[in-house]
Amino acid sequence: MDFTYTDEQDALRDAVRGLLTKSYSDFEKRRQATKAEPGYSEELWGRLAELGALSLPFAEEDGGAGAGWIETSVVAQEIGRVIAPEPYAVTVGLAGSLVAAVGTPEQRAEVLGAISAGERLVAVAHEEPGRRWKPSASDVKASQDGDSWTVDGVKAPVVQGARADLLVVSAVLPEGGTGLFLVEGDAEGVQREGHPTFEGGRAARITLTAARATPLGEAGVNRTAALATALDTARILVANEAIGIMEVALTMTTDYLKSRKQFGVTLNTFQALTFRAADMYVSLELATSVVQWATMVLEAGDPAAISAAARRSTLMVSRASRHIGQEAIQLHGGIGMTAEYAVGSYTSRLTAIDHLFGDGTFAAGALADGVAGYDALDPLA
Amino acid sequence: MQLELSEQDQEFRTQMREFFTTKVSPEIRDAVAEGRELTKEQIVEAQRTLNDAGYAVPHWPVEWGGQAWSDLQRHIWNEEMMAAAVPPPLAFNASMIGPVLAQFGSQELKERFLPATASLDIWWSQGFSEPDAGSDLASLRTRAVKDGDDWIVTGQKTWTTLGQHADWIFTLVRTDPDVKKQAGISMLLIDMTLPGVEVRPIELIDGGHEVNEVWFTDVRVPGDMLVGEVNQGWTIAKFLLGNERVGVAPVGSTKRSLARAKRLATESGLLSDPLYAARIAELENQLLALELTALRVVANSHNGAPHPASSVLKLKGTEIQQAVTELLVDVAGPGVLNGDGWESRATPAYLNMRKASIYGGSNEVQRQIIAKTILGL
Ligand SMILES: Cc1cc2nc3c(=O)[nH]c(=O)nc-3n(C[C@H](O)[C@H](O)[C@H](O)COP(=O)(O)OP(=O)(O)OC[C@H]3O[C@@H](n4cnc5c(N)ncnc54)[C@H](O)[C@@H]3O)c2cc1C
Repeated sequence: MDFTYTDEQDALRDAVRGLLTKSYSDFEKRRQATKAEPGYSEELWGRLAELGALSLPFAEEDGGAGAGWIETSVVAQEIGRVIAPEPYAVTVGLAGSLVAAVGTPEQRAEVLGAISAGERLVAVAHEEPGRRWKPSASDVKASQDGDSWTVDGVKAPVVQGARADLLVVSAVLPEGGTGLFLVEGDAEGVQREGHPTFEGGRAARITLTAARATPLGEAGVNRTAALATALDTARILVANEAIGIMEVALTMTTDYLKSRKQFGVTLNTFQALTFRAADMYVSLELATSVVQWATMVLEAGDPAAISAAARRSTLMVSRASRHIGQEAIQLHGGIGMTAEYAVGSYTSRLTAIDHLFGDGTFAAGALADGVAGYDALDPLA
Repeated sequence: MQLELSEQDQEFRTQMREFFTTKVSPEIRDAVAEGRELTKEQIVEAQRTLNDAGYAVPHWPVEWGGQAWSDLQRHIWNEEMMAAAVPPPLAFNASMIGPVLAQFGSQELKERFLPATASLDIWWSQGFSEPDAGSDLASLRTRAVKDGDDWIVTGQKTWTTLGQHADWIFTLVRTDPDVKKQAGISMLLIDMTLPGVEVRPIELIDGGHEVNEVWFTDVRVPGDMLVGEVNQGWTIAKFLLGNERVGVAPVGSTKRSLARAKRLATESGLLSDPLYAARIAELENQLLALELTALRVVANSHNGAPHPASSVLKLKGTEIQQAVTELLVDVAGPGVLNGDGWESRATPAYLNMRKASIYGGSNEVQRQIIAKTILGL
């Protein structure tokens, strides 16, 4: 049992932090990046690739760095610290882990190599309108004609779906079950309506009309389980991102309490306020523990354990991020409400993360369903 | 980062589990598991069983019976003890005065007291709080005035837990009224059979008698019962209150109680109510977070310095502990008005556990520590 990072992991953190702070420590730069298309800095994305950050979890024979999820989570935390709008968790964590799990050797080499090099942006088109966080497709259907496949239906919201060069699309197979397909972003029959999201990100509504699709891995196989694990992987990665965000939101708040003067004294003179900051710290520490543990479970690789750990970290982070995000704004007073000042954007991004792959109520519901099946939890088992 | 325990720690865990579940009397463990009150004899018996095996005071210096375990091993020892419903060694002896004597006591005091403290041949109680000195402990007034070699002690202590069983009491007394209040305090060991010591019971809201007032009327205490130097008491008290980082959060016992609440909810069919299932799932998750945080604290403590998050453990640990007793009251439902059975004990246990966020540095005091020393506010 050990919660410390290795020297190599610390060095990776330093390198990524150096790069990201150069780009975004000035919050105005982040605002500029999110205002212009595609909502993030392509240049920075390339630099992250050069640093090896986009290749960390992928095997070397697939063009990756052969590191692991702990290293990947270190990057995700740093992304969170400056709320970088680069689509790290969804590309590397979600799309990448899906391709790694089910792709043929050629597909893995091609797609993961391209992700790693920062050459192609890959998005997962899985959510469908009117649903909430299912690991299967519902209304998007796949059809087969000899060796060729097409997909039909609407996917929304798809994070970075308009900018993506390549889409991984989930679709109901003719025989039932959910299949996975690669669809070129600019293929015929792919209509993409991109839009900004409330936190400065980008998403798209994608209408697929007999769009040409290549099965990811062997054709016709039900991929619900792989999809579920990839979603869990992404949940744990965005939880790491949220930890980075909450750390900084708390620091901003305590700095503010120490500097802002009202009634002739700094705000930290008022115990009603310092106690609330102390409670934010409690939430952060507890969430950090669960997220670090979940990341180790992810690295260990057992899908059932990953599923449980993802639910637990989602629940913990959801509760903590609402608490910390709301209090961070409140303790800043009016300035916390302004777009120019960063703290509100931190809360905004936490809210986006909370709803990307399932919020706390969703996770609690899933955990409650299984609660009768065991006596007590044992993280050391 | 590493998820698993090392092979040695895993083995250590098995060894502890084996010991606690086979060597401590089943009657005692059943009583703990069901939340029944233990007799003095049972508490003494349990501690002797541990002490005979060398497991009562593992964190003491080795020459006084300690084990030189790692913090993680001590954590495992503590958790397995709780999980097996073994009553932990009396905190006043094992966690409070023992380490203090080992650190500040003269050789005579060590030889005289440490072995008997470990074996619970001497039952200690803690005489710190006074009616007007609670969170603001340094404002205590109980006086000790030098008379020849002896000290004459006069004043009143309160909230003395299990003082009715105690042989000795370690006290903070004012030995210099004319300096800054923290600077005029000393620590004295007082034999409770001395003339002028009187213990008066206080009844608590659960109907039980676990605390007392202790009155000192011109009690003549031999001079060699002073711990450390004169007027060093505040430093010693801070050491006593601050040197624990293992077992601050009662994870193991809360886990056991929550599992029990869940079993009882299953038996009564209540667990099929989604609101109860969700409430239990949330509590389990918070408890998991607490346990992992405790592991982070013990696994990452640097050179023996307490991890700053120790206050988190006390604060959140007591909140969850209290929430589980509250859950049990709700699971009992109308049964809380029964005359016997577990349902009838649920509410007294819940009321009693309100104490957890008051004593040992109230949760407000913990928030103050976090705000000041961790967040710099
Ligand atoms: C069951 C039980 C057993 C105990 N056993 C022992 C024992 O064996 N030996 C012993 O010496 N003592 C014992 N205590 C005493 C315990 O340590 C004190 O009760 C505790 O220190 C709080 O002091 P108080 O009760 O005077 O509350 P007060 O200090 O009067 O506090 C009242 C309330 O105000 C809050 N408060 C106080 N100061 C501040 C502040 N600066 N900022 C914000 N909030 C504040 C407190 O948190 C509390 O909520 C025991 C207490 C209980 C209830």
